[in-house]
Amino acid sequence: MGSSNSSVNNIPNAQELMQETGFSAAHILRLHERFEFLDKHKCGQLRPQDFGAVQELALNPIGDSIISAFFSPGQETVDFASFVRILAHFRPTDRNQSRDGAQQEPANSSIRKLKFAFQMYDQDRDGKISRAELLQVLRAMLGIQVTEEQLQSIAERAIQEADLDRDDAISFDEFRKSLEKVDIDHKMSIRFLR
Amino acid sequence: MDLHISRRTEVLLVVFILFSLLYGSRGEIPPKPTGGVTIVPPVKPDGPQAFPDAEKANLPVFTMDYPRIQIPFEITLWVLLASFAKIGFHVYHKITIWVPESCLLISIGLIVGGIMHSVHEEPPAVLSSNVFFLYMLPPIVLDSGYFMPTRPFFENIGTVLWFAVVGTLWNSIGIGMSLFAICQIEAFEVQDINLQENLLFASIISAVDPVAVLSVFEDVSVNEQLYIVVFGECLFNDAVTVVLYNMFNFVAEMPVVEPVDVFLGVARFFVVGLGGMGFGILFGFVAAFTTRFTSRVREIEPLFIFMYSYLAYLVAELFAISSIMAIVTCALTMKYYVEENVSQRSCTTIRHVVKMLGSISETLIFFFLGVVTITTEHEWNWGYILFTLLFAFIWRGLGVLVLTQIINPFRTIPFHLKDQFGLAYGGLRGAISFALVFTLPDNIGRKQLFVTATIAIILFTVFLQGISIRPLIEYINVRRTNRNLDTINVEVHCRLMEHTIAGIEDLCGQWSHFYWKDKFMKFNNRILRRILIRDNRAESSIVALYKKLELQNAMEILDTYETFIKNSGKPKKKFLASDLKSMHDILSKNMYKIRQRTVAYTNKHALPNDSQTKEILIRRHTSIRRSLRPGSFQSSVVPKSHKYFSLPAGKSLESKFPPTRLSYTDDQETMSEVAYPSRRSRFHQPGRSSSRAMMPLQRLDTLKEAPSVDVLDESTGERGRMGHGMSRTNSSSSNARIPAPRRQFPPSVDHDSSSADNFRNGHHEATAEEEEQQQQQQPSSPTPAWAAETQDNTAQNPLLRRPQWNPKRK
Repeated sequence: MGSSNSSVNNIPNAQELMQETGFSAAHILRLHERFEFLDKHKCGQLRPQDFGAVQELALNPIGDSIISAFFSPGQETVDFASFVRILAHFRPTDRNQSRDGAQQEPANSSIRKLKFAFQMYDQDRDGKISRAELLQVLRAMLGIQVTEEQLQSIAERAIQEADLDRDDAISFDEFRKSLEKVDIDHKMSIRFLR
Repeated sequence: MDLHISRRTEVLLVVFILFSLLYGSRGEIPPKPTGGVTIVPPVKPDGPQAFPDAEKANLPVFTMDYPRIQIPFEITLWVLLASFAKIGFHVYHKITIWVPESCLLISIGLIVGGIMHSVHEEPPAVLSSNVFFLYMLPPIVLDSGYFMPTRPFFENIGTVLWFAVVGTLWNSIGIGMSLFAICQIEAFEVQDINLQENLLFASIISAVDPVAVLSVFEDVSVNEQLYIVVFGECLFNDAVTVVLYNMFNFVAEMPVVEPVDVFLGVARFFVVGLGGMGFGILFGFVAAFTTRFTSRVREIEPLFIFMYSYLAYLVAELFAISSIMAIVTCALTMKYYVEENVSQRSCTTIRHVVKMLGSISETLIFFFLGVVTITTEHEWNWGYILFTLLFAFIWRGLGVLVLTQIINPFRTIPFHLKDQFGLAYGGLRGAISFALVFTLPDNIGRKQLFVTATIAIILFTVFLQGISIRPLIEYINVRRTNRNLDTINVEVHCRLMEHTIAGIEDLCGQWSHFYWKDKFMKFNNRILRRILIRDNRAESSIVALYKKLELQNAMEILDTYETFIKNSGKPKKKFLASDLKSMHDILSKNMYKIRQRTVAYTNKHALPNDSQTKEILIRRHTSIRRSLRPGSFQSSVVPKSHKYFSLPAGKSLESKFPPTRLSYTDDQETMSEVAYPSRRSRFHQPGRSSSRAMMPLQRLDTLKEAPSVDVLDESTGERGRMGHGMSRTNSSSSNARIPAPRRQFPPSVDHDSSSADNFRNGHHEATAEEEEQQQQQQPSSPTPAWAAETQDNTAQNPLLRRPQWNPKRK
């Protein structure tokens, strides 16, 4: 396994990726190994069922949403660069990150993390979490004992709390506002991706 | 309700009285040397005398021969009594929540001991060293080893070993030394205990038994890592303790200890540990290999598991290496392969029996503990015992602190203070300590003192710490996360984020051990599985079929229920505080915890419960089906890109190990594709795809009686059965509308191509679902790429067409 890709230089665009995402060379290497492991058919691209092959992901209540977040609308495969870019969202935020104005928002900023979480709800990517989408996610996350009425009430309450402009949907800003007390960096980071 | 409780109390009372009477009375029956009591019947009037004998002994009609059955009888009664006690606990639910089972068992033991003491009866002298180590310990250890969740275990193995080995050593030596120091103080009158004996005693009481802790953790905090570490630590520190015990035992009998002995001790430690593992692995492989050939003798399949693990244990005992490690490693190795080879029933049987035996052993030991406490003579020494308690507590706490500090940097998920507290405070002592001290050789001068001290510490930790750990942890938890101030939004979103992170972590795989794991998996694939796993499993397809039927039943019920409920009016706009509170309650009780399956494993007193994983899978499938339903209330909003990706086409639960099966898989795929025209909608919308769930097809094998690899298997197997949801869209469909003929399977289920049949039947059901859909509003999006891959056309394999599949059938 280690024989083929022992150096990060074999990976196309490695330097750019490192620059863009902030991953170290070692991480890029490991991610590449993982990518190749998932890519059963060795075609250099990942497809949804490659993701689905990860058993734990299949047993995750929102597994499907997670997988679909990797695929931009209309895209059917994910190449390594996109894979890494999305995973970069989960790097822990660097504390003393100084960015000059010219740099665009780093991949692992809080906003980006929040956007990812938002995407879990907003499957059709229209920028709003509608009541139905909320219900769908709630249903997926709650056990069977919860009745439909209870679900509806919970969803109703959630929308009431967050929806400030009364359009019966939660926009990204409203979403962010409702989570302002939560330490997003902590919750949405994977430590070993530091 | 009151009546109910009082009735139950009565029953309990009756049961207890009965047993105490039994015991009381038994003591009065003097063991007869021979024959037994003969009750001479009334003289037979004219029985021809066969032998003219001196004294006329008539044929005894009713005799009683107690000594003959004494031993098995007593054993059975004890086991029964302990089991009744267990039933008794669960009568009141609240008891088991607040009081760990070990406490209850010991209490019952105390009561029975009291009864026996009052009738001057001796406890059965069965708890000898041999009986304990050869008969009572193996089931407990087998139980722990068999139900160990393998993957998280191996991911955390460094930490586990660290805590188990180093931790126990730290504890033993620390406590031993401190006690020795105490012994020097004249006031306590224990100067005759030398260092070796102190160390021996210390090693006995550092064996931690976290049974109570696990059950508390399960309810109160979700921390997968902590579970695994505690679980693993318990297991391995049993082994370490026994090794230390034997070592110190040996050393204690030696008059002089030289440095070379210490060195030898260390070497022996490694020999013992690694040797145990080696034996375990060996026996595990042999067992796995044997089960490859047991397809014709299903009834005795479970036997092999037990025999081989017991054999591993005994052989290790023969060579005086760590038998606990041997049996645990054997169970771990064996489980993986065996569960693929044996039938579903055998698998269930094995699990049940392992659990049962483990439960019995544990129950008996605690029970005896209670009895012995009352009935033996104690030697009480305030100073020694109190200091023992103190030191045990201090050293455990210190140990956990120091060890965690050292190992935290190496862990991907470090332990917080809260976790450390749980680890430290949860160090209850239990069965092993008791057994070890009870079986100390008699030449240790102060054996009685040791026994008393051990019992004291066990009772103290089990009762005090066991009962108080729950409130303490809740207190700590509640203090940190002030739940009631969170809005519903925050609660839901936070859990969502946790799930997301868990999912991404799983996607990334385990970082540090990845290399080795991958290597091992490749080795496993190429060599081990070929040898140890039987390939041919065609015969059990019928069973799988019936299982599928059951599952479909369940889903249908779910469907109708939910469809019915959804029409129940709009929820109110205003929410009272009480509503909010109940919402919070609902959320906290019902939201799935992350990585539920691990949690499912860790309740030591129950079989693993995989109902939540099943729920998740059923739920996913149902929502797919619902999204197809005509006029579904999500109608216009089902996002067109919402795809459901379960197991990929052609992959199975063994998707980690593609090579051997890949070709076979592809065949199946082809057949499935080909078998049915996929879209039978009368609306002829070609190429319409991804708006509905395109669950790729599950590989056939798992439709068979899916032997569980671990608990995942059952769920993935079922998912497979469900997962054949939608087929691909390629072929143009006929207009036939198939009204839900779900339960009807084409009569020609021929067994040669039984697997093919399964698949087709699965499809049958699948397309039936498609039937129900009506026009959907979404424009067709391009077929997902992975649908395109199975582009084989129907023409290729006309045999697989099923002409008799009559759409008109109802």
